[in-house]
Amino acid sequence: MNALRSVWGVLVDLVVGDDPKIAGAVVVVLGVALVMSLAGVAAPVVVVGGALLVAATFGVVLAVDVRRSVSRRGD
Amino acid sequence: MSAADWGLLLSAFVASFVECVEALTIVLAMGVTRGWRAALAGTGAALVALAAITAVAGTALLRFVSPAVLQLVIGGLLLTFGLQWLRKAVLRAAGRKSLHDEAAEYEAQTRAGRSAPASTLFGFDAFGFVVSFKAVLLEGVEVVFIVVTFGVNAHNLPLAAVGGAAASVAVLAAGLLLHRPLSVVPENTLKYVVGLMLTTFGTFWSLEGLSTIVGGGSGTTWPGGDWALVGLLAGWALWSRVLIGLLRVPSDEIQSPVPSVGVAP
Repeated sequence: MNALRSVWGVLVDLVVGDDPKIAGAVVVVLGVALVMSLAGVAAPVVVVGGALLVAATFGVVLAVDVRRSVSRRGD
Repeated sequence: MSAADWGLLLSAFVASFVECVEALTIVLAMGVTRGWRAALAGTGAALVALAAITAVAGTALLRFVSPAVLQLVIGGLLLTFGLQWLRKAVLRAAGRKSLHDEAAEYEAQTRAGRSAPASTLFGFDAFGFVVSFKAVLLEGVEVVFIVVTFGVNAHNLPLAAVGGAAASVAVLAAGLLLHRPLSVVPENTLKYVVGLMLTTFGTFWSLEGLSTIVGGGSGTTWPGGDWALVGLLAGWALWSRVLIGLLRVPSDEIQSPVPSVGVAP
């Protein structure tokens, strides 16, 4: 049981790392791209739109990081 | 060798080199504080596990999983790794996070090694064995992903594997010669570059794989085909510079130590 828990811990460390927001953002973007594809949106539009969404989500994640650090210092 | 071959070799080498430097720092710290027997045994066990995982998973994936699913899964993981690296690189460049210092990391690992209680595992010091094992396995899996992605994308997996192996040997040789962490390596710059590369390939592959699976096609879905990689790389480089500019710490706040955003080094 302990060994399984250790392996799970290593896997989580590997994929999620120290910031679950990034892994969450990737899942959300791929989910949106999947919905777009299933809705019949043309493939080039899905991939380019998905890339723009990844970039926008990445910006939001960084903004959240900075906002949190600023509000912590203001406490 | 063509220019493209040299580019592939260099990309795989640089990306793998950074991962190996991180593993070396931890193994060195464990060797010095917990004994070389446990550190080297942990490293050896991780390399064996890594070879087994690569052989079993690689064979199973190539034989039973369609290329599009492989693109989606490996692309998704690369995108996650790449964005994590890029996030730290942007925060560091904006002054929101202290620069990664391999010497400081070595000190922290050394302190942890000295304060950990003594117990044994498979006849070795448990702390030294487990920490070395975990470090080499985690960084090693990332090296495997990088080599596979770059190699498959360039249709030359053996050459990418040579780049990854050369990086491992170079770091190992430097570690044996110097017997201290490779703090002279411009790691922050390398990590930024590698973060850009991983994010670019991850974006390209994950979305192409997804689109191909749903659409049932087999061709490239990106406008411009593989040339879209160049556009993506330029786009990520530009966007990261914009974010650094937007998030930069104002000059009137710089007197105090660099504020941390609460992420590990």
